[in-house]
Amino acid sequence: MLTFRLFMLQRVTALIMAPLVLGHLAVMVYAIRGGLSTGAILSRTQGSLPWAIFYGTFVVAVSIHAAIGVRVIAAEIFHMRGLLLNALSWALCAFLLFAGLRAVLSVTAL
Amino acid sequence: MIRPHRKHPLWLAYILHRLSGLALAIFLPAHFYVLSLALTAPKDLDGFLHWADKPLVKAVEFGLVFLLAVHFFGGLRLMAFELLTWTKDQKTWAAASVAFAFMVAGSFVLRAI
Amino acid sequence: MSSDTKTLDVSVWRGDSAGGKFERFQVPNQQSQTILDVVVWIQQKIDPTLAYRYACRVGMCGSCAMMVNGEPRWTCRTHVLKVIRDNRIEVAPLRNLPVIKDLATDMDPFFTKWVKAEGVFHPTSSRDDDIVKVNPSSDDRILADAAIECINCAVCYASCDTVQGNPEYLGPAALNRAWTLVNDEKDGKRADILDAVSQRGGCHNCHSQGSCAKFCPNELSPITSIAGLKRETIKSFFKGR
Repeated sequence: MLTFRLFMLQRVTALIMAPLVLGHLAVMVYAIRGGLSTGAILSRTQGSLPWAIFYGTFVVAVSIHAAIGVRVIAAEIFHMRGLLLNALSWALCAFLLFAGLRAVLSVTAL
Repeated sequence: MIRPHRKHPLWLAYILHRLSGLALAIFLPAHFYVLSLALTAPKDLDGFLHWADKPLVKAVEFGLVFLLAVHFFGGLRLMAFELLTWTKDQKTWAAASVAFAFMVAGSFVLRAI
Repeated sequence: MSSDTKTLDVSVWRGDSAGGKFERFQVPNQQSQTILDVVVWIQQKIDPTLAYRYACRVGMCGSCAMMVNGEPRWTCRTHVLKVIRDNRIEVAPLRNLPVIKDLATDMDPFFTKWVKAEGVFHPTSSRDDDIVKVNPSSDDRILADAAIECINCAVCYASCDTVQGNPEYLGPAALNRAWTLVNDEKDGKRADILDAVSQRGGCHNCHSQGSCAKFCPNELSPITSIAGLKRETIKSFFKGR
């Protein structure tokens, strides 16, 4: 169930995420060396505005992108329509936004 | 059992893109929850990260990195195909995105162990 | 691949919109036999009540498409030897369309969507005007030419899982037709076509599975046409409509 507007949102969020995913993959491959620890993560991220913006943008884009993707699957595979479909999409988007921004705040706040 | 009309590379690329996307969407809340422990319960996060050093967990992490990478490369292929002019090498690019994803997930896991 | 036995084991779907089941027939194995030959033989020699549809027998009219061993095919141009597996053939009505009886599907939804996609020519001149020449090597004409040989057989429509999941989706054939008109310099309603394919069920639902291009008997590539429509609708969106 993709309208033109949802299609555009899906592509725009994907394009926004493209460099962010690349960065995230690079960070993961870099940071996993020698194992992760809370101290090691926080020493990089705490109080860092660039990381807060990087992952904050990522969370906003991924929340929209994932909600639209799951919406299409719910419509095509489970034949969900109308109000239920809209409710599911918005609920997933809001939940991911809330949980994601909280996570970003947790690792970047001083 | 894949039905006969679906047995071709681009359909398989489609289902890989859909399933990796769905899996990532399901994984995200857990990912966010664990990170937010840094604020609420740093000790639990450390305990989790320590637990995550186990080889089996590393194998799962390889899978997660692969999912992200394959969704990324597969998505780039789709957008290049939609926004630029269609090229005849879509099957090659679909296969290449799987190969690239293996490379990224492989370097992740090699550095992890 | 080869079939050396004297008879073919053919399962044919029998039923109507309420449901049905496969019925097995033994059909003599003959040289250069097509799937349509097999179906005709069953209807003429065993069961005259078998319903199916065909007209030209030479791959031009697009009326004989059926599911053969799970794949959509034009049956008049599909040789038994090409598709037979373990001496068995399974013939069923096209996917994604309502069944009228046995192998004959109701093509109404398929053609309704052609009209819905503005897949109809919008003339810019009348019979009183001179015929305007079309340059066959212009960029637009080359794009249109690549997609015009469609015979409306609905093979692509039956192969498409997006149609299956979303009955509103216009489908590969209708969108492919719309794309030929977008590139037709004699068509006067390009903006209307782009608008029609941007509605619910429009080209943006396509997930680029590519089954349409894989199974098209005329080797067209609706997936390419649909990508073209996506591109043009995005362009006209940014230009401001």
